[in-house]
Amino acid sequence: MMSLKIFVPCDTTALALGADKVAAEIAAEAAERGAAVEVVRNGSRGLFWLEPLVEVETAEGRVAYGPVAVRDVKELFDAGLLSGGQEHPLCQGLTEQIPYLAKQQRLTFARAGITDPLSLEDYQAHDGFKGLRKALQSSPQAIVDEVKASGLRGRGGAAFPTGIKWQTVLDAQPDGEQTQKYIVCNADEGDSGTFADRMVMEADPYMLIEGMTIAGLAVGADQGYIYLRSEYPVAHRILDQAIEKAEAAGFLGENILGSGRTFRLEVRLGAGAYICGEETSLLESLEGKRGLVRAKPPLPALVGLFGQPTVVNNVLSLAAVPFILAEGGQAYADYGMGRSRGTLPMQLAGNIERGGLIELAFGMSLRELMEEFGGGTASGRPIRAVQVGGPLGAYLPESQWDTPLDYEAFSAVGAVLGHGGVVVFDDTVDMSEQARFSMEFCVEESCGKCTPCRIGSTRGVEVIDRIRNGERPEQNLELLGDLCDTMEFGSLCAMGGMTPYPVRSALTHFPEDFNPQGREADHG
Amino acid sequence: MSGLTEADRTAVSTIVDQLKSKPGALLPILHGIQDRLGYIPSEAVPLIAEALQQTAAEIHGVISFYHQFRTSPPGRHQLQICRAEACQARGARELEAHAKAKLGIGYHQTSPDREFSLEPVYCLGNCACGPSVRVGDEIVGRVDATRFDQLVDELTTVPLEVK
Ligand SMILES: Cc1cc2nc3c(=O)[nH]c(=O)nc-3n(C[C@H](O)[C@H](O)[C@H](O)COP(=O)(O)O)c2cc1C
Ligand code: SF4
Ligand code: FES
Repeated sequence: MMSLKIFVPCDTTALALGADKVAAEIAAEAAERGAAVEVVRNGSRGLFWLEPLVEVETAEGRVAYGPVAVRDVKELFDAGLLSGGQEHPLCQGLTEQIPYLAKQQRLTFARAGITDPLSLEDYQAHDGFKGLRKALQSSPQAIVDEVKASGLRGRGGAAFPTGIKWQTVLDAQPDGEQTQKYIVCNADEGDSGTFADRMVMEADPYMLIEGMTIAGLAVGADQGYIYLRSEYPVAHRILDQAIEKAEAAGFLGENILGSGRTFRLEVRLGAGAYICGEETSLLESLEGKRGLVRAKPPLPALVGLFGQPTVVNNVLSLAAVPFILAEGGQAYADYGMGRSRGTLPMQLAGNIERGGLIELAFGMSLRELMEEFGGGTASGRPIRAVQVGGPLGAYLPESQWDTPLDYEAFSAVGAVLGHGGVVVFDDTVDMSEQARFSMEFCVEESCGKCTPCRIGSTRGVEVIDRIRNGERPEQNLELLGDLCDTMEFGSLCAMGGMTPYPVRSALTHFPEDFNPQGREADHG
Repeated sequence: MSGLTEADRTAVSTIVDQLKSKPGALLPILHGIQDRLGYIPSEAVPLIAEALQQTAAEIHGVISFYHQFRTSPPGRHQLQICRAEACQARGARELEAHAKAKLGIGYHQTSPDREFSLEPVYCLGNCACGPSVRVGDEIVGRVDATRFDQLVDELTTVPLEVK
């Protein structure tokens, strides 16, 4: 008898909400009832408010139940879970028809939650390694051209065209007689409110491995590193296992698929430093040093890891590559608006009813995202401020929520899309406290190399404290403005250079929160 | 600080020997030692320095740069509370105040009975379901004061049952 497949995700958020215990309970309950059940640990669909999301395979497709707690399991079985019964209140119907998922345009996350992340069979049954096979038959220049044609811009924050970066590395003459080039995947994902990189690594690690291998073939690099933040223990475990399995099956390592080409890959862990997400600091860290930011030029593309030409790309940039190779650059470029081509995985987080991952072509407005997908705040109170693009991103007030999700449109209102994190706050937020935190975060995380960032942020905390205490507010507000200017224009990198974004946006759009009387009136 | 046991010293040497020839070996070595001993003892520094042909000052410089590396032994359980924005939006500030009061310690401190160490962390990637807490390698979501107390109780009672 074929056993019935029941899916329970092994993703960090699902686990953080009890997925392991739910999986064990389902297995135990099935055994007790003598039902032949195989519990598959899939990746997450990214519908985090429904986690743990349990899916049951039926002839019509997978039926979803969530959020499932251990105490629900017996009841779900009684209500016909094993035949995909749709009576129970936790039943969400067919997974693919849940509007949150059905309304998305999933290219990068096409397999997320559908497959067992470590199953090479699943991966290949869903188009896996198609791009790699194409790349093995293409010249390096043809691969780079395909990536250029896709219009892909780096998803790590700076939105630099990926194809152009690869061209630079392809054309680079390595130092002396050494011919070593490197592919480095930036998996430091330090921005609060982001988890798309994590989801790729936990739900579909072979896609990242494939993307990096294609990058290696394109520029002539045979060694890759994934620089992973140590805050992601689940991703670490899954990546290590995936690399081992891919190598054993001939997709990675020496003589890839019998082609004679080599690409080796290793995961390296960070150690809790936000600045190590900045590419040159990351390279220093990989070399075993303090993560001090390097002055540019030289570009890492020319003088990168151990002084050699190096591609540094975000997880999502590299993860987009297998699709681009398999389907052609044009197929990717067909999505999007203006100079923002393809899809952007947005991440809805913070005080939001339905948080999760939403992959869409560029162009939807922030408001649509929060309303159509997010369903308002988790607290039920009105949304007041939204921070987009991580701790260095601006806070947007309601008047800016109609801004389309597009790099240029965001920069036109003094904001950034960054890595696509959207953090929602309700009306209990104290924006002067948020501004203070931005400065405090910069104090904690500055690499210390330049004065405007290191000293400026410390002064920033002090000045905001004085303003919050009502001490000489006019002078101190002016001082804070000057300090922001100094940091923005005098810092070596965006850590010091962009910390003023959230601070200024708080000051500009929520000035009442910087006045002690106003704050008390609002927050008692 | 108390000296290392012979076993610990051997463990450090083995880790250093195994990893020293990797390119950029220092972070893997430091992680290896901390995973094994819970911290990086000062006695390990000259060993690492010698193996990598660097100065002890350079090794100290790297250790002190990274928030995660610690130079004194942690408590039996290490609790990290996410302080970043998405968790703030869901009550992380209240949680952090509660945790400090409950354990009677601040960040970077260990309780007198050496049961708990408390550390801040900036995002655990669970930002849609915060506030988030990490205990060892486990991440826990939607942690309010009640859930936090429950966690602490679970951690303090389970090992007693084993005895
Ligand atoms: C302070 C700071 C933190 C950063 N953190 C990250 C990060 O966590 N992940 C990332 O991919 N890029 C991060 N970046 C951007 C990288 O420097 C770099 O632009 C990126 O890795 C390039 O890859 P991409 O072209 O694929 O986006 C950060 C930049 C700065 C200034
Ligand atoms: S701006 Fe800050 S983080 Fe960037 S190089 Fe200067 S001190 Fe380092
Ligand atoms: S902000 Fe707390 S988990 Fe991301």
